[in-house]
Amino acid sequence: MPPKNVSIRIDGELISAREDQTILEAATASGKHIPTLCHLAGLTPVGACRVCIVEAQGTDRLLPACTTPVHEGMSVTTSSAKLARYRRMTVELLLVERNHVCSVCVSNGHCELQSLATELGVTNVRFAFNYPKLDVDVSHPRYVLDHNRCILCSRCVRVCAELEHAHVWEVRSRGIHSRIVSDLNAKWGEAQSCTNCGKCVQACPTGALAEKGRAVEEMTKSSEKITSLARWRGAEA
Amino acid sequence: MKKLKVATVWLDGCSGCHMSLLDMDAAIISLAQKIELVYGPLVDAQEFPEDVDVTLVEGAVSSQDDLNRIQKIRQRTHLLVAMGDCAVTGNVPAMRNSIPVTRLLQCVYASGGEAKTIPSEGVPVLLKQARPLREFVTVDVSLPGCPPPSKSIAGVIAALLEGKKTESAAGVKFG
Repeated sequence: MPPKNVSIRIDGELISAREDQTILEAATASGKHIPTLCHLAGLTPVGACRVCIVEAQGTDRLLPACTTPVHEGMSVTTSSAKLARYRRMTVELLLVERNHVCSVCVSNGHCELQSLATELGVTNVRFAFNYPKLDVDVSHPRYVLDHNRCILCSRCVRVCAELEHAHVWEVRSRGIHSRIVSDLNAKWGEAQSCTNCGKCVQACPTGALAEKGRAVEEMTKSSEKITSLARWRGAEA
Repeated sequence: MKKLKVATVWLDGCSGCHMSLLDMDAAIISLAQKIELVYGPLVDAQEFPEDVDVTLVEGAVSSQDDLNRIQKIRQRTHLLVAMGDCAVTGNVPAMRNSIPVTRLLQCVYASGGEAKTIPSEGVPVLLKQARPLREFVTVDVSLPGCPPPSKSIAGVIAALLEGKKTESAAGVKFG
């Protein structure tokens, strides 16, 4: 049985959506822009970054648009002073947690965290910087994992499990101690399940995963290829 | 019209922001007619004057000398602009922050340098970490960028000339 259509309001505008869609999918389908970071179309949404939060009538909680399904009669607001405040705060907290030194980063100018900060008007950071000491894993022959730039969006985890079916990546530990790890915390170069396909690198929104030998600003990525691959696989199935 | 008294300060940075400030081509001529540059690496004044309207600060706070200066500057400045990533986030100078200062100096001077000794006279004492301005003093306007484009710097000064305190500067980015 095909999914039913439901009527919802996004920023006051009446929109018809499929009942199996999320708020983000319905909004995007009707040409509305909600800022996102951990979301990558084609991968299972996880609501890790909370940048896509929206207000919904009938609840005080802010809901992540990427994981919240639509329902009949729903009315959501995608932009308000309150949302802008929380989204900015989220980006600022991401910036202080690790060492995002944009000026010397391989992804400078092509980074989704950096461009999101610009989009949301983040020109300063109100929290104390953490400046942690973090590892850079250069053991893989072709790629680098720089924990300094990782925002734990888990796109690498998802693309590897869902599209490459290798499931090399996982998140270990909790909270501020969380780290992306390959295999059972082996060095990436020694991770036997890795097929060297590089999908994780293309999916990564920052300079955390990059090709070796790239200098500052040289690491451009094509996450849209991940999306088209996922769509093609979906159509095939 | 009374000229706006502007000062510029160079703390722990590479002077790239000052380069960018000077890089505004012809705009600097019309700007020079509206502002008076009262202190900074570009002029001679030795002592930071009292009662400055706007101070553009480049660099992170990295030494005891930086800290003393920024506190004095804050007292004597109406509006403080954090100019560039070092002043806003710590940026490159803050990359030393996870290394203990003694080890850092050992590496730079004793192991790597020709002098083989760590200088102790005539150089300011390093703080444990290089940190952004707003962790020490109130910052009125933040202008990120490494360096901020000269157009953005000119835009912020132009806005301040009109009495507007702007952080909006569309398209401004870190890095």
